[in-house]
Amino acid sequence: MQGYAYVGAMGVLIVVLYAYITHLYTKKKNADGLDYEKYSDMALNDDISDVPVAPVADKSDGKKK
Amino acid sequence: MENRPLEYDYTVAKWFMFAAIALGIVGMTIGVFIAFELAFPSLNLVFGQGLAEYTNFSRLRPLHTDAVAFGFTVSGIFATWYYVGQRVLKVSMAESKFLMFIGKLQFVLYILTVVAIVVSLFMGYTTSKEYAEFEWPVDIAIVVIWVLWGVSIFGLIGIRREKSLYISVWYYIATFLGVAMLYLFNNMEIPTYFASGGHGDWFHSVSAYAGTNDATVQWWYGHNAVAFVFTVPIIAMIYYFLPKESGQAIYSYKLSLLSFWGLMFVYLWCGGHHLLFSTVPDWIQTMGSVFSIVLILPSWGSAINMLLTLKGEWQQVASSPLIKFLLLASTFYMFSTLEGPVQAVKSVNAIAHFTDWIPGHVHDGTLGWVGFMIIASALHMTPRIFKREIYSKGLMTAQFWIQTLGIVFYFTSMWIAGITQGMMWRSHDEYGNLAYSFMDTVNVLHPYYTLRGIGGFLFLTGLFMWAYNIIKSASARPVEESELQSASPMGA
Repeated sequence: MQGYAYVGAMGVLIVVLYAYITHLYTKKKNADGLDYEKYSDMALNDDISDVPVAPVADKSDGKKK
Repeated sequence: MENRPLEYDYTVAKWFMFAAIALGIVGMTIGVFIAFELAFPSLNLVFGQGLAEYTNFSRLRPLHTDAVAFGFTVSGIFATWYYVGQRVLKVSMAESKFLMFIGKLQFVLYILTVVAIVVSLFMGYTTSKEYAEFEWPVDIAIVVIWVLWGVSIFGLIGIRREKSLYISVWYYIATFLGVAMLYLFNNMEIPTYFASGGHGDWFHSVSAYAGTNDATVQWWYGHNAVAFVFTVPIIAMIYYFLPKESGQAIYSYKLSLLSFWGLMFVYLWCGGHHLLFSTVPDWIQTMGSVFSIVLILPSWGSAINMLLTLKGEWQQVASSPLIKFLLLASTFYMFSTLEGPVQAVKSVNAIAHFTDWIPGHVHDGTLGWVGFMIIASALHMTPRIFKREIYSKGLMTAQFWIQTLGIVFYFTSMWIAGITQGMMWRSHDEYGNLAYSFMDTVNVLHPYYTLRGIGGFLFLTGLFMWAYNIIKSASARPVEESELQSASPMGA
């Protein structure tokens, strides 16, 4: 019983791991075109007067559109 | 009043940075002293028989570990949070009087608690649980400080301008949640005075767990204190300070996310490797070993990501002492996250357990990775906080080489000492009689203990140079805002 649970858990974890990797890479190609790499700019352009990578205000604006 | 543009407010960050410097010096001075006590036991009585109670190794050892872990490191974590948090969320502490009050209150309570800890440990009041020595009143104070930090984290997130949370913020959140969970469960204790109807001192307590259960919970806590104090928040620092100082975007942001979730999942199962060959159930021991090996993957995911962030920019390593610190920190991280899993393998652990190889491993992680990251972070923050260049680049370079040499002395001497010890303890003749007495091993280890003390002394020397450089920076050349975009300005 313990053995089956072990193999089952391994399978689930492998699927979750690869699904997450696939999600990270395919998100860019979707309609919303989210490229995770752009988030690096949050550290590089972090002055208070810099334009946010994705402003909080745009979140609600985007939904309305 | 003049209408000035909004600026980040580094008041709390600055306070915690100075706390990190002060507590680092205190903690490591005690560390060097007790290292020499091990090499030269007469030092236990250096201030006479009357004061031996306060100067002996066993009284001072928890003061050393707690001062560097919960003093130097945690102050460094708070300092960098109050700096990085504002910047990557693009919101100033000056925008919220409430959050500013919380930050300052957190600092004041933190310092008061540090005083309570120093006094109580010097007096010998301890729960006897490693890295959890504080008695229950101090534990409650620590919980309050931690909750205040949580209010600060989520408060700042609540008023942010940047919609997404930068990877460092995820790591800070994980630090907050991880330590909260670990601290609460491991410090479940019963105040003996109240439970017994007035016997003994009011501040004493006993653990809520007994025997093997206590050991299991203790090392689940102990190992994950390494995870959520010495690893997770330090990764938060390097994911901000290395890209910022080098002006290079993180090599792979996706890899940073993947490593984050990998680390979160795997770390929590490794504590059993501290209890190999003990009374803890065998499956817990095996699980601890196996997960420790798996842990190499997310750890190296972060470390390689950092090294590759410098791709095409390696000349910066030669030209900037600050980049040297950051690069060597991530290299030491790779090194100690390989060494740890190797020690967790049962056959290796059979030699390594209880030997000096273990503190050797701990120190190449804490000095090389944690220490260098806090040193580098403070040096990067200094010109931004004071709006002045770092006082001396030459001093920083000298500090880097002196401390690197110190770390090499430390871990090489402990490798040799540990493996020598492990092999001598196991040696026996054909009838099973032990070949060596304990004193034989003590005599043979003396030169390595001395070398360890010298290594620690070199690192401590560098720490004084660091403090001097930062304090002198307050009177260095003022810099323009444009000079603070990436590489930190530094005087000759």
